[in-house]
Amino acid sequence: MAEYHLKTPISEEEIRKLRVEDVVYITGRVITARDQAHRRAVAYYEEGRELPVKFEGNVLYHCGPIVSKEGEEWRVISAGPTTSTRMEYIEHKFIEYFRPRVIVGKGGMKEKTLEALGKYGAVYTIFPGGLGALAAKSIDRVVGVEWIDLGTPEALWILEVKNFGPLIVTMDTHGNSIHQEMERKASQNLENILSRL
Amino acid sequence: MSSLDKEKLIDALVRQIKISVTTLPDDIKTAIRKAYERERHPVAKKILSSIIDNFKLSEYDGIPMCQDTGTITWFLKVGKDFPLLTSLEEIIVEATRRATKMVPIRPNAVDPFTGKNSGDNTGRFIPWINWEIVDGEEAEITVLPKGGGSEYTAQLHMVSPGLGIKGIKEAVLKTVYEAGGKPCPPIIVGVGIGGGADIAMKLGKLALLRPITIRHENPDVAKLEEELLNELNQLGIGPMGLGGDTTVLGVNIEYAHRHPATLPVGVVTQCWAARRASIKVLSNGDIEVLSHKIPNIFDIRLRGE
Repeated sequence: MAEYHLKTPISEEEIRKLRVEDVVYITGRVITARDQAHRRAVAYYEEGRELPVKFEGNVLYHCGPIVSKEGEEWRVISAGPTTSTRMEYIEHKFIEYFRPRVIVGKGGMKEKTLEALGKYGAVYTIFPGGLGALAAKSIDRVVGVEWIDLGTPEALWILEVKNFGPLIVTMDTHGNSIHQEMERKASQNLENILSRL
Repeated sequence: MSSLDKEKLIDALVRQIKISVTTLPDDIKTAIRKAYERERHPVAKKILSSIIDNFKLSEYDGIPMCQDTGTITWFLKVGKDFPLLTSLEEIIVEATRRATKMVPIRPNAVDPFTGKNSGDNTGRFIPWINWEIVDGEEAEITVLPKGGGSEYTAQLHMVSPGLGIKGIKEAVLKTVYEAGGKPCPPIIVGVGIGGGADIAMKLGKLALLRPITIRHENPDVAKLEEELLNELNQLGIGPMGLGGDTTVLGVNIEYAHRHPATLPVGVVTQCWAARRASIKVLSNGDIEVLSHKIPNIFDIRLRGE
């Protein structure tokens, strides 16, 4: 359970050092994207269109924040993670096309994503679910917003963060996944409990 | 002498929503703190301590503890002689709409067909209001802003009645196992037993309104709650599904008589951010906060105040 403080842009070398159970704090650029933004981003790439933001070396955050507009300025009020498995069907493409270095979400992801993490050099981390207030506190400013037509939870929010964490590495570039391991353990536990009923 | 009018009640309900999304009820806070003390796994302990930091911060700063402020659902116990009975629905919808900007809470009402977000937490049948009409002239109003992540993992099981209690336990254990880290454990589990398919799910949700420190009044049901709590924590799923001693903070059961041929079991999972707030409105306009130690609801400040 080593602790790392990383600054974006993050290199592939830095990311390949990380192992599951490591704790990471990020300073720099974080961009939110959830269901609809994933779908649109991948469609854009496949149609040969440019994205309005650059994920490469940065952090992709599965998050639909509460925001408030004060004058011309956006403020993030609360910004915890959303359930990542909803993006599982498309995340491997997202990683291949846009090369984020760190994915932040909650609940874990599955095989296809794990494979892409190893292949392209990225980690999946969880920010404990529901810590919206703590996350918002680490956001220095909203750099911009794109695709606001998707609604505020689904838009791409470009954020400048300082010591954003604790992020716990649960899927690393070496093929390790706490989620897979936990599924095995919990299913064994379930069998034991059921056999005693 | 205070008085009661529509505008005053709308204002109070907006503040009630703010209380619910910023401040956890005491039973949940205590359960999380105790879990932190007991927890033996380092990653799990780290997560629990960050959860405690977060709910302290949200309460202190008056900001939503979680960005998913849920589908705003209301539970009413209204006296048949409550003065604003016939305008209560309109009052609740307006309070929900205003709270979206004034708390603020996240707009979470989406048209299932067009995908369009209404932007103000209202829409067809939303906010959902559960009505119970009772004797008297007071109203007890509870708001349950329940997040989508934990709602996603709820399940209905139509258990073979022959399996009895064992079948009920299996249904609950399998639901929590399959939910894994998705509903943001440590969770609270609301179990509805009997009635019918829809009734079991409804009872499961109603069970979440009871503080987890209070056991069911029926001793057999109370015993089942205790046993399930112990068994569910043996799953080892842990905070956020990363392993640990703390998977479930509480199990609350509610039941109805069942049809001889069916044993419906509705299992409703609720995240650690188990937000709820209740108030009592008297016919003279006095308002008492039941769920939190807040002497005057109008002391709660909204955005821009």
